[in-house]
Amino acid sequence: MADDTAREEDHEPAVNGDESVSASVGDDVAAAVVARFPGSVFVESHGQPVVYVDRSVIADVARLLRDEEQFTMLIDTVVVDHLLDGSRVSIDGVTPERFEVVVNFLSHARNRRIRIVCEVPAADPTVPSLTPVYLGANYAERESYDLFGITFEGHPDLTRILMPDDWHGHPLRKDDAAARVPVTFKGDPSPR
Amino acid sequence: MTDASRREAERLERQTDEGAQELRPTTREVVLAGGGMWPQDDLGDTMIINMGPQHPSTHGVLRLMMELDGEDVLRIKPVIGYLHTGMEKTGEELTYVQGTTNVTRMDYASNFANELVYSLAVERLLDVEVPERAVWIRMMMCELSRMSSHLLFQATNGMDIGAVSMIIYGWREREEVLRYFEYVTGLRMNCNYIRPGGVAADLPDGWQARVLDLCDTVEAGVAEYDELLSQNPIWLERTVGIGVITTEECLDRSVTGPILRSTGFAWDLRKAQPYLAYDQVDFDTIYTNNGDVYDRYRIRLYEILESAKIVRQCVEKMPTGDYRVQDKKLTPPPRERIDESMEALIHHFKLFTEGFKVPAGETYVAVESPRGEIGCYMVSDGSSKPVRMHIRGPSFYNLQSIDPMGSDSLVADAVAIVSSIDPIMGEVDR
Repeated sequence: MADDTAREEDHEPAVNGDESVSASVGDDVAAAVVARFPGSVFVESHGQPVVYVDRSVIADVARLLRDEEQFTMLIDTVVVDHLLDGSRVSIDGVTPERFEVVVNFLSHARNRRIRIVCEVPAADPTVPSLTPVYLGANYAERESYDLFGITFEGHPDLTRILMPDDWHGHPLRKDDAAARVPVTFKGDPSPR
Repeated sequence: MTDASRREAERLERQTDEGAQELRPTTREVVLAGGGMWPQDDLGDTMIINMGPQHPSTHGVLRLMMELDGEDVLRIKPVIGYLHTGMEKTGEELTYVQGTTNVTRMDYASNFANELVYSLAVERLLDVEVPERAVWIRMMMCELSRMSSHLLFQATNGMDIGAVSMIIYGWREREEVLRYFEYVTGLRMNCNYIRPGGVAADLPDGWQARVLDLCDTVEAGVAEYDELLSQNPIWLERTVGIGVITTEECLDRSVTGPILRSTGFAWDLRKAQPYLAYDQVDFDTIYTNNGDVYDRYRIRLYEILESAKIVRQCVEKMPTGDYRVQDKKLTPPPRERIDESMEALIHHFKLFTEGFKVPAGETYVAVESPRGEIGCYMVSDGSSKPVRMHIRGPSFYNLQSIDPMGSDSLVADAVAIVSSIDPIMGEVDR
């Protein structure tokens, strides 16, 4: 981890892993997440705390934020498709994958935000659903499923929400080009 | 006796000698539409009916699936997507210069909030500070937009609940606000006025007097609505205690804006996480405690007055200076320079053909739109087009509140409840 190596260069012996991590993370909520879930990476993005976590623990992270850190609201769930990126910000300790699931949380009591990001490979686009933790993730996850084809495991009603039910493909994927569906005329056999 | 022969016998009975018929009050039992009497033994049966997508009180193309037991609504499920136009996909095809044209069409009733959140996201990725005057112009236009949006709500909400004259009164004042938008930006709606780097044009001469007049007009209008509705017994009957939602339900379902504030939770991003110059103006967060349709109506009514208060302070405190960043890579050169300067012409051409490049990175920006928290999550890969441009539409999330509000209500109240959520489908479906 970048922070650990920086520490070693400063000739400060780390007493134990958890403490050194929490000391190097500026944001105490992010520090709590990093301490609880090893392998998580904290970065600051334009002044906002962001934690990269493994996708298998994202529901547990959400539970930690809700139950222990007073994060009262899940603001948004977004998926990003990095297939065609020109240049991508690389973060030490994070293996970049094609998809990223980005979840924004807001704590009203503490008046702060945090962003949790997990990398999702194209070969197995599944993520545990956050709907059982925060009901508000319901529509956003359906939208992500609809437009990106990410399966949220444990979602109570994972169906298409914006596109028609019989639509094929996931339009916001980068390899699903705009206007790829051919123009058809009345009486033509349906392309779908 | 068959039906036909009975009707003929009744007709003969009614017929007088002069060849006329006298219709007397009938004492026969009322036969329900669909035939037969109310099936007493089938009261346990429920039925699923659709409301919308083509229904005048669904504010666009919202379809509601309602499970009914007689008049009682047991469950409501909104079905959306009828206005899906792929605006996030389009946003990936447009340069940052063109992007505001796209996002302004999402929440078409308060377009400045969309333009603002998009511009703020781009500016944060660019690490650009806009001039003070641009900040205040943006703030004033956003508040006017809040006024126009809430006036639209007053108009349609009144009509939905039965105060049909409200549609005329609400439109009357809203039209004045839109006329002011046309005066400043050239367009009534979808103004594309707030752009990355500042605003499109400076305020025209004489804007102060006109906007103060506008505030007077709107405040008089609000006083009129208040008198017409707030104590009206029929209005109270239709709204008080209808569609109740609690703070916990709102927080759990990511519901923001007036709906959250109606439950006694005074959360407003303009106060809690000030952006623009909201920390330099004096205004109040309006909130109520009952979480019903009446409270949401009153919050929006009084927020118009708070917005007028902010607009008046903008007139007082409007700083002088530039209305956009004078960075030739970011904003176009003045029109006069193009005729005399080769560099200005090149900058102009490059800006509108290629746009400007934004450093790779990602950010999330949130502002308070009239409907709640509108956010923009933007990812750049260093080119002149975003990799991902996602708008967190408050209406999209607010629609999730329809289930706790609408369950165990009446069909007639469902209309009042949908109206009180004030969804804009352009933003829900994007």
